[in-house]
Amino acid sequence: MKVNLNVDVHHLTRVEGHGNIHVKIEDGELKDARWEVVETPRYFEVMLKGKHYTSAGILTARICGICSIGHCLASVRATESAFGVVVTREAARLRLLAKHGETLQSHALHLYFLAAPDFVGLESAIPLIELKPEVVGIAARVKSVGNRLCDAVAGRTTHPVSLHVGGVARMPDKKLLASLRAELAALDPDLIATAELFKTFAIPDFARPTEFVSLKGDACYPWIGGDLVSTDGVVKPERDYRAMTNEWVLAEQTTKWCKLSRDSFAVGALARFNNNYEHLLPEAKALAADLGLKPVCHNPYMHNVAQLVEVLHVAHETLAIIDEVLAWPASTELMVPVKPRAGTGVGAVEVPRGILYHEYTYDDSGCVTKANCIIPTTQNHKNIQDDLVALVKQFGVEGMTDERLTLLSSMLVRAYDPCISCSVH
Amino acid sequence: MRYLGIEPKRPRVGVFDFTCCEGCELQLVNKEETLVDFLNAIDVVNFREASTTARDDYQIAFIEGAVSRPDEVERLMKIRSHAGIVVALGTCAVFGGVHKLKNPFGAEEANREVYGDHAKVTMDVRPVREFIKVDFEIPGCPVNKAEVERVLQHLLMGLTYEYPVYPVCVECKQRFTSCVFEAGSLCLGSISRAGCNAPCPAGGLGCWGCRGPAADPNYKELVSLAKARGHSEREISERMSFFGAFEAVK
Repeated sequence: MKVNLNVDVHHLTRVEGHGNIHVKIEDGELKDARWEVVETPRYFEVMLKGKHYTSAGILTARICGICSIGHCLASVRATESAFGVVVTREAARLRLLAKHGETLQSHALHLYFLAAPDFVGLESAIPLIELKPEVVGIAARVKSVGNRLCDAVAGRTTHPVSLHVGGVARMPDKKLLASLRAELAALDPDLIATAELFKTFAIPDFARPTEFVSLKGDACYPWIGGDLVSTDGVVKPERDYRAMTNEWVLAEQTTKWCKLSRDSFAVGALARFNNNYEHLLPEAKALAADLGLKPVCHNPYMHNVAQLVEVLHVAHETLAIIDEVLAWPASTELMVPVKPRAGTGVGAVEVPRGILYHEYTYDDSGCVTKANCIIPTTQNHKNIQDDLVALVKQFGVEGMTDERLTLLSSMLVRAYDPCISCSVH
Repeated sequence: MRYLGIEPKRPRVGVFDFTCCEGCELQLVNKEETLVDFLNAIDVVNFREASTTARDDYQIAFIEGAVSRPDEVERLMKIRSHAGIVVALGTCAVFGGVHKLKNPFGAEEANREVYGDHAKVTMDVRPVREFIKVDFEIPGCPVNKAEVERVLQHLLMGLTYEYPVYPVCVECKQRFTSCVFEAGSLCLGSISRAGCNAPCPAGGLGCWGCRGPAADPNYKELVSLAKARGHSEREISERMSFFGAFEAVK
């Protein structure tokens, strides 16, 4: 019997933004396998033109509601690089603390609320309030502590207010930080319970040889700035990000596509893990081993597991950073003077969904003349497309049903935790 | 649970997004300490970012985002035809938001800059109320979840919700934030509508006016004070147009 299969997902759910999945197999022949981005374009690079440098980070934070702190950090880094500004070590540590809060809340949102329902046969996490209140409790605790860490350090979790060109506007309340530290120190049982839950999930047996791109850690797992690296051996300095992304415009979609050594590449938690495994904390490595994740892993569904490993790593690293901050004197300098000058700067930051680049060119009055932002999900779209074709070829065989293939392909896209509105900025 | 003889409704709710960052709907699943209560107070029947369930029998529609594409207008009309109450959620839906900063460039230049030869369909960015009747507006970039909860409580009880008429300055005083305008930063707090609990001045940033004007904003006096303190015409104008929320008073 010849296989006939049809997948038609119009506006995939439990992802940020609008995308469709179309698959058609007729009489055993693959006619169509398409990941289609239909998001409204917003033209942030145009909006930035003529804006003062003090507006750039506030504006570009609005590219994304989930990783606005990451956007703001890439933005201020690009501006500081253009102006030759170097922030104090303490300001850099506080920025990392805000970044960690964002990683915690974003990964928690994705793992528990967006990805997990597929593995337990639910349409959303809402029924879990009755079915598994203990899981909802864990999810709420992890997400909440991340959000409140962002509030404490960046002034607000969505669209931060304290991360400025030149440093950080104010010292976080130390009593609040100390209480957040206590909550984080008590988080391990929740994370272990989450790992036990994820062990029960059937992860599809699928892998496609993929190039993974991320920041390259020198002494530690990388989050803000530094060299760019790929699993195919490409290494470039931050300022050469265009050679790492090779973005091109599609006639029929509102997103762009990227490539490097192959037709496509992936960014995100799995890419960071694959490129920087050696820099994970020992307990994060142990968790990875326990969950069957080893570098270099080519199964895109393992993005979920890599995020979970990062949650543990970040939670533990946060404890150490808070300890540092608590020991600082009240006189600690968090802002350095900023003097605008004409020039171009690049900022690369690992946001939850992968590596993000902002590049601005300024005139000598400190106003933007040219801007370019390349978003992680933009870099992932072509890889998702290539995965989808391989997935359909592998699973589009006798015995497969439309429903099952719809689920498998939806789960594939969700595993990337795509931020589609962000990718069409 | 009855309260003063009133039985609260558990309305069917839909959440939809247009030209935006989806940060406002994200707030709906934040504030975890009351999240379960919030989700129990409503019946979510359509919320693409959170659920695969997609029914059209919602009574209240929360709309995030401005409007900038013909297909968005169509979708908006359909939502209006299903919903009894339409709530514009966030500054983009209410005023157009930062996305309106694209308008002065025009579609052609915007497309040339971003897409080169492959221009995409885009219109001038406009708020939701210019396309359909909006029953209630919750401004904020992003919305403040506590305020969304207060609005929802009123909707459930069938009560009228009134925004504070006073400006953001009052909330800075209430939380003992030192005045950032006095300290040299441009701040629109004195002419902007309160209700957000003034997180921006508390975090070391002036108010950027994402919630639009307070009652009787003294715009002229603010501009003259700001100029006297060395803020340029350009800086003031960039700030006033940032969220597209002050067009009515400028």
